[in-house]
Amino acid sequence: MSEMFDVKRWKPAPLLPRKDPRDGSLVFVVAVLCFLACLTALGALAANRAAQGWTSQLTGSATVVVRAQGSETPDAAAGRAAEALAGVKGVSEARALEKEKAEALLEPWLGQEALELNDLPIPRLVAVDLDPKAPARAADLDRALKAAGIDATVDDHSLWIADIERGAGVARWSALAMFLLIASAAGAVIAFATRAAMAAHRETIEVLHLSGAQPAFVVRLFQTRFAQAAALAGLFGATGAAIIGALARLAGGGQGLTPVLPVAWIDLLAVAPTPLLAALVAAVAARVAARGLIGELA
Amino acid sequence: MSRNRDAASTGESPAGPILRFDGVGMRYGRAAEVLRDVNFDLAPGSFHFLTGPSGAGKSSLLKLIYLAERPSRGTIEMFGRDVEAVALSDRPFLRRRIGVVFQEFRLLDHLTAFDNVALPLRIEGGKPESYRADVAELLTWVGLKNRMHALPPTLSGGEKQRLAIARAVVNRPDILLADEPTGNVDDAHALRILKLFVELNRLGTTVLIASHDEDLVARSGQPVLHLDKGRLRTFGRNVRQEPGA
Repeated sequence: MSEMFDVKRWKPAPLLPRKDPRDGSLVFVVAVLCFLACLTALGALAANRAAQGWTSQLTGSATVVVRAQGSETPDAAAGRAAEALAGVKGVSEARALEKEKAEALLEPWLGQEALELNDLPIPRLVAVDLDPKAPARAADLDRALKAAGIDATVDDHSLWIADIERGAGVARWSALAMFLLIASAAGAVIAFATRAAMAAHRETIEVLHLSGAQPAFVVRLFQTRFAQAAALAGLFGATGAAIIGALARLAGGGQGLTPVLPVAWIDLLAVAPTPLLAALVAAVAARVAARGLIGELA
Repeated sequence: MSRNRDAASTGESPAGPILRFDGVGMRYGRAAEVLRDVNFDLAPGSFHFLTGPSGAGKSSLLKLIYLAERPSRGTIEMFGRDVEAVALSDRPFLRRRIGVVFQEFRLLDHLTAFDNVALPLRIEGGKPESYRADVAELLTWVGLKNRMHALPPTLSGGEKQRLAIARAVVNRPDILLADEPTGNVDDAHALRILKLFVELNRLGTTVLIASHDEDLVARSGQPVLHLDKGRLRTFGRNVRQEPGA
């Protein structure tokens, strides 16, 4: 084999081994952490979207309970109320719910038997969709109903909004905190694993140093090597998380996996910078570690 | 990046000694000194053995010369300049003028024999086409013509030794240091290696070999620096007398 060596065709080999079994554990650890960080990022985005959805659904609608007066039938009273409300500024749509829908809403509280008694006065409901940009206030709706001579109660969900907004905020910030925690842990572990792998190359660093290599030469060598390894690991982790996110989106249709955590296609772009960020952290860690080792030697 | 620039940056003075130790002491951490009051000069182109029992400080003295350690006191002048005054950024250029054959070889196992020898030239920034013929010639000279593509773990002790020598001299250093270069080979190989050093010395390289092989030292007829318990005791020609020794 050695007799075959052709000096004219010789090209310098990489100064670091092409494949080092010690790098495998670095890539695995970084890939797993990047995967977890990407999943929490997707979770944080979905939680934020869910929180927005909850509050916008509540603030974007109101429910009006209409009680018939005199000889007017409940259905007629509800129709009149819907007509009166539709003309209020800030209302997109107002529609009277059929008796069956009103009964369905009351059934959990009154039971099927009570509803079968026809003389039980079942109030009619009017569902009001508000203009999301300039929603009408409850007082505006109340005023319009009084003006039309309708006995009704407006529920603009204000009783619940504060609690729901608080809950949404907790979900949003918890998800963000979780993401920051995992991302910080990922960064720290990448830095630690890089330093550990660098220590395994101490002999090479010493030989280069004693052969007259400038610190920048050695630093560049390891910086590039570990940045490439971390970028590859980041790519694996981000791809894994993107696949999970895509499956969640496909499984849940337009609502994402569940209405509680709706994942959108655009959310998947959030994991795209992961290889770059992982490479950056590893490069900085390798740079610091290499400079530290060279400093000890010098 | 070249050695010409190195010579300028390290202030070579061809007329004086190439290496001077003046009252040098050295310790590791807070331990007792392993070298004490060491004084000597080496003239350019000289050849010396550094002898002494194990633990006498031979390897430590070599480390001071190849800038792997720093003296705890005293002055070391190399190429006419106090090495402690050489800026950290210029030290790599100084190291390139010193070839070292380490006792444990310190070859890079994942690189072929050819790549190991080419390493110092790559570090200097040379282009492969400008030095590959020289590397091949040098490997042939040390008897490794048919082992150029071999990885160090597949080489015998003697082959590794000759490979380490080739790497140490490939960029034509001004000073060549060798730490127990015949420690792992039989007498025939030891003589062969000694001849390589003598030939390099004839080409103008200053050679300093640490060895406890008294037979080899005696046969070489070269002057000796003898260390005992960290102190320099014996001197041959080309060596300045230590005051009070």
